[in-house]
Amino acid sequence: MEKTVRETIKEIVRKHLKKHKGLTFGQCLTAVGWVGGTLPELYEKDGMIELPMADVSNGGIVVGAGLMKKRPIYVIRYQGFNWYNCPMIINYACKSKELWKIPCPIFVRGVGMEGGIGPVAGSSHHSLYYRMPGVKIASPMTPKEYSSVYNKFMKDDNVYYVSEHRKSYDNKKELKDVLDHKNLDIIIFAISITRFESYKAKEKLKKQGIKVGVVNLLWLKPLKIEEKWIKFLRRSKFGGIVIDDDYENGISKSIANDLNLKSGKQVHTMGLKDKTAGFFKTVDNLPPADDEICKKIIKIIKKK
Amino acid sequence: MNNFNLKKNILEKAALCRHFEQNVYEYVKKKIIKIPVYLSSGQEFIPSTLSEIILNNLKIKPLIFAQHRCHATYLSFGGDITALIKELLGKKDGCSYGMGGSASIHSPKINMYGHDGHMGTQVPIGIGACFSSGKPTIVFLGDAAAEEDYVVGSLGWASTKNLPILFIVEDNNLSILTKKKVRRNWDIHKLAKSLNLNGLNITDSSDEIIKHKSLFFKKPTLLNINTNRLFWHSGAGKDSDKTFDRYDFEIKKMGNIGKEIDLKIKKKIDNLWKKQLEKQ
Repeated sequence: MEKTVRETIKEIVRKHLKKHKGLTFGQCLTAVGWVGGTLPELYEKDGMIELPMADVSNGGIVVGAGLMKKRPIYVIRYQGFNWYNCPMIINYACKSKELWKIPCPIFVRGVGMEGGIGPVAGSSHHSLYYRMPGVKIASPMTPKEYSSVYNKFMKDDNVYYVSEHRKSYDNKKELKDVLDHKNLDIIIFAISITRFESYKAKEKLKKQGIKVGVVNLLWLKPLKIEEKWIKFLRRSKFGGIVIDDDYENGISKSIANDLNLKSGKQVHTMGLKDKTAGFFKTVDNLPPADDEICKKIIKIIKKK
Repeated sequence: MNNFNLKKNILEKAALCRHFEQNVYEYVKKKIIKIPVYLSSGQEFIPSTLSEIILNNLKIKPLIFAQHRCHATYLSFGGDITALIKELLGKKDGCSYGMGGSASIHSPKINMYGHDGHMGTQVPIGIGACFSSGKPTIVFLGDAAAEEDYVVGSLGWASTKNLPILFIVEDNNLSILTKKKVRRNWDIHKLAKSLNLNGLNITDSSDEIIKHKSLFFKKPTLLNINTNRLFWHSGAGKDSDKTFDRYDFEIKKMGNIGKEIDLKIKKKIDNLWKKQLEKQ
């Protein structure tokens, strides 16, 4: 039977603690819910370590475990909490190998979600890590993607930032790139949870006669731009659009720039709006939904 | 080891640190060393006493976490002298491969981990290393780093987990030039006590430090050790000529033996520096 992303993560954590004798750190891990059901019911004796509510300190404690070759998994329950949790990871763990030839591998699980959770907790914040050397960033949304990221980490000695999203936890399906016409109108390069909405937008636009391709961006750093993407971009009528669950002024613009330079085609961006999220629907700041994506693409096409 | 030999060994280590730093001071003045340096002169009796007790008396090889102003820590615990000279000269075969400079030195040989430059981060990082490895760990910090919020948060966790860890606050009363009383009205050793650590406030006299050795690595312990920084926060210069100099005091107390040790070590260290500079 196919596994969900949730079950896949849970199994990986169990294996990490039981087989590899690693450690998993975080706040309120063993409370009700077990981080959306992604943790096995294990405790400190098994390597599941409850940290205090001292966010900045906790990042440092995990770095110490990384230095001791424990390959810690660090669970950050809301990606926005990274603002307080990541300073020592990005300033020490990410630089340790280059400065002192002492690797400090850490698997950071940043859990994204949104909708009524206010100005700090919501959405994805992988752009925070993006600018620092010594870090690899992936945003897996499928069981196989998640397993491949973890397996790669276990053979590597870098810090991994794994940008998860709670809405993917029930997903069992693998997501494939759809480049189904030789001459597409536009190609979506989708990140995190926006990948699911991008498929919906593609189908909606198809009904209007607009041919849209979808590329799944699993690895954000290092970004390996496939030659195939560039070929399709060059042949497209209106270029591309990078869609993200983080603020638009982040990774999406960097990736759009890279794609633009390689293909010579305009690559647009879409992500969280440049505004603070409130707790109510009317003032929230949510990732682009299918209808918004359609609207934006139609606008790009009409402008040309 | 009898008391005389112990004192002699401590003095030899202190002399090594002092004359190393005297050379750095001179070469900074002459602009041969061009990076920011953080000299530990005046504070060297803390690491020289601790290293002698921990390595040679308690026979423990701890994990070491420090920050800037840690040349004396590195040297006292057995870090390679030539590798540190090379590091300060920016050589690829320096102790931090010519990347760390004065503030981010490390040595796998002595279990000393480098510092990222943001003061106090070595406290949670050292605690995490101690927790994960179960190894005795010593963390050096200054009185200013003790004020970092993440230091306080992580001290509490070290206490909760009852770790074999020793925190040494080298309290020179200055953050660059701002005195402690301007910055805070509380004491770190009292705060440590309130977090259920052993917390003590002592001077940098060897006798006083040695007195508390039975506490080391048994239960989380914090020693706030009052000391004096002889030179500027960074670079080669003096804030005052009236600063109490523990090294000078201890050399005089040891009489002729003190003078002999001082001269012997001076010659050795001066030669090591000259040898490296000739290769420049």
